Amino acid sequence: MLIMSVTLFVLATFLGYELISRVPPLLHTPLMSGANAISGITLVGAVLVSGTGLTDLSAILGLFAVIFATINLVGGFMVTSRMLKMFKKGTKTS
Amino acid sequence: MTTQIIEISYLLAAISFILGLKYLSSPETASRGMLLSQLGMFIAVIATLLNHSVVSYGMILVGIVIGSLIGSLLATKIQMTAMPQMVALLNGFGGLSSALVGGGEFLRSQAHLTPYPMTTIGLTVLIGMVTFTGSLIAFAKLQELMRGTPIVFPGQNALNLVFFFVALGLFGYLAFVPTMTPAFWALIVLSGILGVMVVIPIGGGDMPVVISLLNSYSGLAAAASGFILNNNVLIISGSLVGSAGIILSQLMCKAMNRSLGNVLFGAFGQIAAPKAQVAASPDKQATPAAAPEVRSGSPEEAAEIFKKAKKVIIVPGYGMAVAQAQHAVRELAELLQNQGTEVSYAIHPVAGRMPGHMNVLLAEANVPYDQLIDMDDINDEFPETDVSLVIGANDVVNPAADTDPNSPIYGMPILHVDQSKLVMVLKRSMKPGFAGIDNELFLRPNTMMVFGDAKSTIVKMAEALK
Repeated sequence: MLIMSVTLFVLATFLGYELISRVPPLLHTPLMSGANAISGITLVGAVLVSGTGLTDLSAILGLFAVIFATINLVGGFMVTSRMLKMFKKGTKTS
Repeated sequence: MTTQIIEISYLLAAISFILGLKYLSSPETASRGMLLSQLGMFIAVIATLLNHSVVSYGMILVGIVIGSLIGSLLATKIQMTAMPQMVALLNGFGGLSSALVGGGEFLRSQAHLTPYPMTTIGLTVLIGMVTFTGSLIAFAKLQELMRGTPIVFPGQNALNLVFFFVALGLFGYLAFVPTMTPAFWALIVLSGILGVMVVIPIGGGDMPVVISLLNSYSGLAAAASGFILNNNVLIISGSLVGSAGIILSQLMCKAMNRSLGNVLFGAFGQIAAPKAQVAASPDKQATPAAAPEVRSGSPEEAAEIFKKAKKVIIVPGYGMAVAQAQHAVRELAELLQNQGTEVSYAIHPVAGRMPGHMNVLLAEANVPYDQLIDMDDINDEFPETDVSLVIGANDVVNPAADTDPNSPIYGMPILHVDQSKLVMVLKRSMKPGFAGIDNELFLRPNTMMVFGDAKSTIVKMAEALK
């Protein structure tokens, strides 16, 4: 199990490196906020922790995990698309 | 069967994130990519709800509704100039969420934890908390809730090292004695302190590196939580984000000609401060503009020069963001273009407080992105340029980076505005920039200083041009 996870981790890191090297500096801010939104994937982990049906401290932590992951995810994606909409190609004589 | 559906959904989500990042390689496809990533995220979350261990949906729903409200409110209300703070804050929330997942897992399975899962939990909490508190400090600095200058004291690095090793010790101890709950809380607190300690000595000018690095950490925290839960989509997406942050930090460091270690532990301002004090004699500080060598002009005089210019390059810096001058700048540029002047913008990689900060601000002001040129592509054009207009940028145009081996920024790649026929520098006063380094560019014969608030100066220039 561990070796599978490590393999995935290493391969995905290399893949990420290749992909992100190609992002032009023009889009570095949307890249950050977009990547940031993708890290909101912890919501998956948060859901797993908070949906166990338990009503102890772990469930409360889970609830807060869901809240913060969702802020990260929704806020990140919305602000990224807001930014990307602003990038327009020149239509003038320039 | 359900397990397979979930796994396939996770795979689809991972593919959508990969494509989303791939599409970010061009502004034309970027929006589509992000849309795809959102769809992937949606699939991943829905699939998770199908997991047999998820039996109650009430809390989840409440959490998602609250989170969505806050998130969408933040995203729609935030000003583009405040984007670095926003990213810092969201990063922090991501880190906190991972730490909370770690904490929840710890409490839930404490009774039967073996060293491996305990290690992954410890790691998640450690990285998550460092990301959280570090990002909060970065946020506070950027939002100017606390001073942006480095906070340093003697023995700081040594103290940090002690904290780090104590955290590591707790970590190792917990791996074998996971029932020691107090040690776990201590680890959480210590990780939080570590996050604060790591970011307070870093100055505002180095924020692009720190934000990138924290971005990376938030991804790594998510990946670590994937190790706890044996969840592939968490591992894959977390490491994608982790490498994004690492690349950006590397690029930012390269653009400052400094190593990551130097940015994190060097307390840049400390090295530069004594030098600046020597250079700026008291009388010079009192009447900055009166220094004899400095040539200064009014916005109206500047406009006269612009009327004759055929090629103008605008060099924006953090000062433009502070003055909220981007819209005024675009209006000035359009007036120039209408009189037939060629205008482009030179973007230094570390201009502003986060990677790509200037590009976003100018895009917000409706500057077409094909006029925004990266440093390496525009540097050859300065010798043929009639006027370089430097707005609130300082260190990124400081010729000392090329000529003065004693300068703290020596070797940093700069925009060669000094090669253009005339450099117009908009600045509040002669005060040195953030890094506290004097800029001889301001004293050059082909430099004209225009003192005042960047925005009102540019508005006056535009008025005079009309």
